[in-house]
Amino acid sequence: MIQKFLYLEWKAFFRSASFATNLALKILIGFLAAYFIIVFLALGIGVFYFLKKMNMDPITTVNKFMIYYLAMDLLVRILLQKIPVMNIRPMLIFPIKKATIVHFSIGKTILSFFNLVHVFFLLPFSIVLMIEGYDVVHVLLWFTGIYSLLYINNFINIILSNKDNLFGIFLLFKTVLAGLQYYGLFNITDYTAPLFNAIFNTYWAIAIPVIALIVLYYFTFIYFKNNLYLDAGLTNKHDVAKTENLNWLNQFGTIGTFLKNDIKLIKRNKRSKTTVGLSVMFLFYGLLFFSTTAFYGPVMHIFAGIFVSGGFLITFGQFVPSWDSAYYQLMMTQNIPYKEYLSSKWWLMVIATILTTIVASFYLYFGWETYLVIIVGAIYNIGVNSHLVLLGGAYTKTPIDLSSGKGAFGDKKAFNIKTMLISVPQLGLPVLLYWLGLKYATPNVALALVASAGVIGFALKNKAFSLIERVYKSEKYATIAAYKQKG
Amino acid sequence: MIQVNNLSKTYNGTTVLKIDSLEIKKGESFGLVGNNGAGKTTFFSLLLDLIQPSTGHVINNGVEVNTSEAWKPFTASFLDESFLIGYLTPEEYFYFIGDLRGQNKADVDALLAKHEEFFNGEILKNKKYLRDLSKGNQKKVGIIATLIGNPEVIILDEPFANLDPTTQFRLKKIIKDLADNPNVTVLVSSHDLLHTVEVSNRIVAMHKGEVVKDIQTSEETLKELELFFAV
Repeated sequence: MIQKFLYLEWKAFFRSASFATNLALKILIGFLAAYFIIVFLALGIGVFYFLKKMNMDPITTVNKFMIYYLAMDLLVRILLQKIPVMNIRPMLIFPIKKATIVHFSIGKTILSFFNLVHVFFLLPFSIVLMIEGYDVVHVLLWFTGIYSLLYINNFINIILSNKDNLFGIFLLFKTVLAGLQYYGLFNITDYTAPLFNAIFNTYWAIAIPVIALIVLYYFTFIYFKNNLYLDAGLTNKHDVAKTENLNWLNQFGTIGTFLKNDIKLIKRNKRSKTTVGLSVMFLFYGLLFFSTTAFYGPVMHIFAGIFVSGGFLITFGQFVPSWDSAYYQLMMTQNIPYKEYLSSKWWLMVIATILTTIVASFYLYFGWETYLVIIVGAIYNIGVNSHLVLLGGAYTKTPIDLSSGKGAFGDKKAFNIKTMLISVPQLGLPVLLYWLGLKYATPNVALALVASAGVIGFALKNKAFSLIERVYKSEKYATIAAYKQKG
Repeated sequence: MIQVNNLSKTYNGTTVLKIDSLEIKKGESFGLVGNNGAGKTTFFSLLLDLIQPSTGHVINNGVEVNTSEAWKPFTASFLDESFLIGYLTPEEYFYFIGDLRGQNKADVDALLAKHEEFFNGEILKNKKYLRDLSKGNQKKVGIIATLIGNPEVIILDEPFANLDPTTQFRLKKIIKDLADNPNVTVLVSSHDLLHTVEVSNRIVAMHKGEVVKDIQTSEETLKELELFFAV
């Protein structure tokens, strides 16, 4: 029976819509994966000697921060890891034991990238420990223990996969803990480090994570099995609908009509909500760059400046008009002027960019120069990138499944890595301009260069819109056909 | 009202639709019947400029649909659920379409009140998004939405499918009322010969992309069609 399932998985993988995307993108994703693997590998080998050099005991230090490693892992999983699916519905009526279906579905996640990637850190680290004379048995116990904890994360993510807002709650929780520790008010690691140390030092503590894992697996299994009904876990979640008029938008005419619709689209679909959540994360991206100039040169500041204010623009704008893919045929038969349709999306992005820029004023903490970079980034985003994403969108013919919250067995998670990859070129030009400015003049000239590129873009808005409109028109039939593929 | 000249659609060398000439007069109630793959939906998609014709063109009230968009203000259509916006409530959807067709809230409300019976209490104020409605109820929303803004051409693909018997009966009445209006041209496709005969005053049967029968409805029409399809 398992072979049959594997056969279906194989077909599903190679015939999936995302697999059929172009080769360049696949290669790029491949590089990205390779990059992460190498980073982890370097981390695994390097961390031991680095800590040794700092006169800290490697294993104790790693154990101390292990709780954050695990918490980060869980966060990433909640955001990115897909829930196990096999097309379960058609299986139910065949002579297959329910237990088999569930075991396979859950078992599939064990081989997920999110579990395997840790090998590249934990394995080299463990091997280095052994080479450096730590007891082999203890290292093995520790390795098993940590891996059990990672798999516990895996199952927690599965069970919680149907809950909204979890990501935000976890992120807040973690930020608070990290903040408390940073300011020395409360140190969670004081409580958790002993456990990890115990796993390493004793023979019995390993039982805690392993037993917890077994219990959790059993619990997940029972949970899935009990929900293996069309009206339980396999059902579509029905939200209680509330009619909203948003009448204040009426004053904006047709643009207002579309804005109303877009606001509802963002509020009521899991996919779009995740996108907004992600764009909030972009807001904090600058912390990486501005807090330590040591890692990246000043040129990269503008890079961060664009990311900070452009999170929404990049993650949402990328998929205009795909957000409307489910009912694109309707849009094409209604009396809709493209210009106003595009304008409404453009305004949405501009409003979001301005809002983010205002929220980002906490960067003033790093000095007004830093905030100025963010403002310049925002100007560039509004003037140039807003047009670029709309233009790019005309060629992005990936239908979006808005209703991805399909119950416990729902078939995909919202965010996809490609979104971010496509946006890379949009960052090239400002970085280049800024670099030229820095090299041949002062930082202020560099900023002025980027800002003026934004202003020029803004001045050419009508021209840009006509061009985009033409592309949309010429792509119309291909777009309709592409969106129909999935429907 | 609608003229079709030399229209054809070919996919990879296979011709799925070929209509040399067809004219649908203003005020006509036009029924399109045919088996699966006969080309009914393809024909409607061409009428609505959702796909590109391989040859020929469709002229809707003097507007060539694949070169100008001026046909959109007076043409309304519902082909399938992909015409619905899943995350809206039925009310919001109606108002959205109303906005696009230049109707204010009161106009839309008046139309909805008129068709309250058709909704059978399952659509309005039901705290459900369109995506969570049953197929039949989704269809009701789509059909009524085409009536917003008094369009002159109404195109409905398989409107009877998925509807319960009572609603089918009520829908027939709605279509007949539209057909009685000399300014409204109704185009309906169906697998169900009886329904089509009842609501249409002209019936065209298609087979493998071509028009094989074109008859004005009379007492004998149903018999004639049944004989034709009973292969």
